[in-house]
Amino acid sequence: MAIAIFLTFVAAVLGLSFYFAAKTKSASGYFAAGGQIHWGVNGIAFAGDYLSAASFLGICGMIATAGYDGFLYSIGYLAGWIVALFVVAEPMKRLGKYTFTDALDAKFNSRGIKLFAAISTLVVSVFYLIPQMVGAGVLVEPLLGIPHYAGVIMVGAIVITIVATAGMTSTTYVQFIKGAMLVVFSLIVTVAVLYRGLTTTPDQGGRVPFYQYKTLEAKEVKGALVLADKAYAVKGSVPVKTETYVKLENSGVQTWWQRSDRDGKIALKETQYEVKKADGSKLVNGLPASKENVLRQNGGLESIKGKTGPEAATGPVGPFEFLSILSDPETKVNTWKIVKLSDGEDKVTVYAPSVKPGNKLMRPGLKFKVEGTPVQKLDFLSLMLALFLGTAALPHILIRYYTVPSQACARKSTIVAIAAIGFFYVLTMYMGLGAVINAALNPVTDNMSAPLLARTFGTFLFAVISAIAFATVLGTVSGLIIAASGAVAHDLMDRYLQLGFNEKQKVRAGKIAAFVVGIIAIMLGILFQGMNVSFLVGLAFAVAASANLPSIIMILFWKKTTAKGIAASIVTGMVSAIGLIMFSPSMYDKFGLNPATAPVPLDNPGIISIPLSFLVLVAVSLFTQKKEASAA
Amino acid sequence: MLHEPAAQCGPDASAEYKQRIGVWMFLLYAAIYAAFVAINLLKPLWMEKTVFLGLNLAVVFGFGLIVFALIEALIYNHMCGIHEADNKEAK
Repeated sequence: MAIAIFLTFVAAVLGLSFYFAAKTKSASGYFAAGGQIHWGVNGIAFAGDYLSAASFLGICGMIATAGYDGFLYSIGYLAGWIVALFVVAEPMKRLGKYTFTDALDAKFNSRGIKLFAAISTLVVSVFYLIPQMVGAGVLVEPLLGIPHYAGVIMVGAIVITIVATAGMTSTTYVQFIKGAMLVVFSLIVTVAVLYRGLTTTPDQGGRVPFYQYKTLEAKEVKGALVLADKAYAVKGSVPVKTETYVKLENSGVQTWWQRSDRDGKIALKETQYEVKKADGSKLVNGLPASKENVLRQNGGLESIKGKTGPEAATGPVGPFEFLSILSDPETKVNTWKIVKLSDGEDKVTVYAPSVKPGNKLMRPGLKFKVEGTPVQKLDFLSLMLALFLGTAALPHILIRYYTVPSQACARKSTIVAIAAIGFFYVLTMYMGLGAVINAALNPVTDNMSAPLLARTFGTFLFAVISAIAFATVLGTVSGLIIAASGAVAHDLMDRYLQLGFNEKQKVRAGKIAAFVVGIIAIMLGILFQGMNVSFLVGLAFAVAASANLPSIIMILFWKKTTAKGIAASIVTGMVSAIGLIMFSPSMYDKFGLNPATAPVPLDNPGIISIPLSFLVLVAVSLFTQKKEASAA
Repeated sequence: MLHEPAAQCGPDASAEYKQRIGVWMFLLYAAIYAAFVAINLLKPLWMEKTVFLGLNLAVVFGFGLIVFALIEALIYNHMCGIHEADNKEAK
């Protein structure tokens, strides 16, 4: 049934696309939906564009694994709309035609601006495409049982078909439907989570038997570890930083345990683990990996306000009570950490238990080290700055201002978007926490938390939520590819190179550009498998805020801004943000290098690249005042 | 070539007024957002204090930022709408 619902959804999206294809002939229709979309529809379509895989999959996943720290993304993403509404919406509408480059270039008609703004649009769109494609691969893996790369290729192919047929009109209506369904079904899942309540023995509504992880008592005798349960024999141990992991054997099956020394007593806690053997074979929890033998879903509550067992179950709870219970220091939440170790030639990945008290889970600190070193604090500040300033600089969001007929409609559609997006972000808190308390988390990737939570309520909800998430990816990727193709066909080919395209040629060039960008997105989606999609989007925000926002703000508010200043600012923001990301600890880790040796200590570049871009704009503008004045 | 908006907007007599109140409302929101970030960085433990209906400061402030964004947006739209209507009548 899941596959049938999913395929119906995709077919409906494609059908809509072909329907509008028959109506789209002009460049205005392709890139800006003819400028005739109703503001209410456009507002929800804004929400559809914006609530991408990062919001739905990434934020829910991060809340599920890092608690309140994931919700910080929700707050930052929503706050960014304030910049969009109060500062950018109406001027962008007034100045532009199809693309953000038009708006920047409206005053100057500069080839430099056309070139660099178009490149920036392309780069930001590609950066933003990566997490969407990663999300697509993650989604179809459990749903259709196909590997990650196949999922990415499938999404890429469908999106290229959509974009190459109808452009902005179909994308707008797909986003409108998807945006509305996303909010409605997220509300349904949230109500279901609250109705089910909290328990320390989650069984996913009776679908998956509750699994109680074991703890074994042990003691040291003459330096050797001896277990009280004689069924287990110690086969070795591996120290990892301050901890020790012990290999035990029971009935011929080897398992890995986390050693805990407390109050003079030794306990061994059961873990989950994967072993990659030298011959390439893989073991999961001691047995060969197969479709049946996969890692168990993680999460659950150790205690609820100090209580465990049947008496701890709450039954249905209200929305405030739910958060209040989870914020209690006596509520303990089961999370896990990933530990990699070597056992001879075997590479072992251990998913070790890590219990967190509610008061720590429900405030910042688990992922972002707000109590850590000055560099860690700076990294947090940098992220919050980029999220705040990034929204108003995203090309696929900016082009949506050209789909409505007036400035007032641009403003009103932004407000509709804020209402829909804000409401959805409140729901992410409940869905993320719902996933962890219901033990519905995939230990390998947190990106699937929301769909897996939906599965605990039945196959139908899982299929619908997965289909919506898939449509989310389709819609956002379509919008991004249109933005990128507009940059190539309209800004670069037509206006920068002055190839003198007519309307038909411009649309054709846009479609070819869409195809090429789509192929690039597919390749990057495969390359970045496994990274949290919200983190990746945070990086895209940083690049957008650094490259585009200083120009947008200064052109509106500083009369001395010059064309050369804008071009220099875009290049500086883009190059510095990407450069800092490439040498950050996260990227070092991704490419198998030691993160501690990364030359840039920050994961989020915004705190350096955004002010730098502003400074360069001011300096170059001041330096080129006379030249431009005399040239004029 | 064909370089005009996809939909013609026409001159906007309220543009300056809207820009002015937009900037002030932006600064107000930015100040509150900055306060939120500052508390997280300087006094992170404040965030786990219960402040309202059993909810801690982190949740109340976080939800508050979302709700306040919508309230400010509605006020802004109302003020812009009145000014645009006045300008239309004046014409």
